Amino acid sequence: MGLTEQDLVAAFYEMVTTAATSIPEDVYKALREGYERETNPIAKRQLGAILKDIEIACSRKVPICQDTGTPYFFFEMGENFPLRLGAVRAAVEAVRRATKDGYLRPNAVDPFYKKNSGDNTGRYIPWIHIDLVEGDQLRAWFMTKGGGSEAPATLIMSEPILGFEKLKSGVIDTIVKYGPLPCPPVIVGVAVAAGADIALTLAKKALLRPIGERNPDPNIAKLEVELLNALNKLGLGPHGFGGGVTALDVKIDYAYRHPATFAIGIVTSCWATRRASAIIRPDGSWELTSKHIRYVGGGCTL
Amino acid sequence: MSAREFHLRTPLSDSDVERLRIGDIVYLSGTVVTARDEAHELALEILRSGGQLPVDLRGLALYHCGPVAVKQPDGSWKVIAAGPTTSMRMESVEPEFIERTGVKMIIGKGGMGPRTAEAMRKFKAVYAVFTGGAGALAAEAIKSVKAVHWLDKLGMAEAMWVFEVEEFGPLTITIDSTGANYYETRLREVAENARAVKRELGLPAEE
Repeated sequence: MGLTEQDLVAAFYEMVTTAATSIPEDVYKALREGYERETNPIAKRQLGAILKDIEIACSRKVPICQDTGTPYFFFEMGENFPLRLGAVRAAVEAVRRATKDGYLRPNAVDPFYKKNSGDNTGRYIPWIHIDLVEGDQLRAWFMTKGGGSEAPATLIMSEPILGFEKLKSGVIDTIVKYGPLPCPPVIVGVAVAAGADIALTLAKKALLRPIGERNPDPNIAKLEVELLNALNKLGLGPHGFGGGVTALDVKIDYAYRHPATFAIGIVTSCWATRRASAIIRPDGSWELTSKHIRYVGGGCTL
Repeated sequence: MSAREFHLRTPLSDSDVERLRIGDIVYLSGTVVTARDEAHELALEILRSGGQLPVDLRGLALYHCGPVAVKQPDGSWKVIAAGPTTSMRMESVEPEFIERTGVKMIIGKGGMGPRTAEAMRKFKAVYAVFTGGAGALAAEAIKSVKAVHWLDKLGMAEAMWVFEVEEFGPLTITIDSTGANYYETRLREVAENARAVKRELGLPAEE
């Protein structure tokens, strides 16, 4: 039996509904560790409410946050994967079904006519980014990206000589400027590239990497840690109530740049970073590759 | 910040809100009405032309929220996630909204600006933060949906929902009826910290 479009819909539906209701393991651990080390009582109360919310959502299989975001799919599609356009159609169908079943709030609005489509689909939505790779499998990531944490998205077109200085200042300034708006503690995605669009796309994609995983390049890894530590000294904290947990991680990526350009893309994701990933094979078998908090018997567990 | 705790029920009086100060924690019971961008615009359009809103907001709490609600087989609504949305988007219209409707508490996330703080001082109201993103936790406190208005016109997120809530909280007061604004001082401290952090990293620490 080969892969059918229905298999793909089932796989994507599982990704969408899991992402909306069960926080990924890495995000849960980071929030829990933040709660444990936080000494500021007001900030700790916010983190306590966040953990309680995550547990309620997981135990009842309801959305973690009512802003179930804009649906993003990222595909690494094998060149010999059998259902290529079928995967695109299945992604749209899975989002439509998950909305109808109450896992996603209808969030797709026609900007010119203010019309909400009612099912989270519309022109270019869900957004589907496809990279072709070797092989015959599909590796898929789904992220439902909250609207509030899109606000700080920043593009800096730096002169190359000042590139790294402006990158570091830019990350700090962005977090300071937007304060509580993106629902900190945040994950920050940063990318350097030739063009504005490339930088912002790679910065967004960087949010998919698990918290704590460092860039394989030691210099970039060092910069990630340096910026993370800097952000956590700002005293912004959960929802701006102070303390030492402003960011859960900083992720940096890059593309080769043009000799005259140094485009810096900076994006943030809220504490409720909701993502799931899966691998789908041509024989129709598939499984989630992301780990999530689960509800077992009387409580939530990893 | 102080950390006194209050348990209040709507309708709220001037003296109820005048007791509250920034940093206080409130658990609210009674009627909470949602409105975000489009419901604000529509409500003001109606009020400016001398009309009446479908629900009298005097003494009630306004909630910046676009919930996820599921229609039950019996036709009633069940709210499954209902955390706050970013309040600052409503800053330009909120003073007029407070003046025209008589709401006593506004609940949202991220704080509001000087124009809202001034209106709260003048008309005796407070602004409270519920933990952003905690949609499932908020839904726990919503005991029933008393009504929903403008659903067909504005859609689920932008409609005006009327919730009956029980012990909704913790709500942290960040603007009180003296016009004090917690985030204003808080964010100045953060900006000051940022200058020190930049110096440590050897970055120019200009404004």
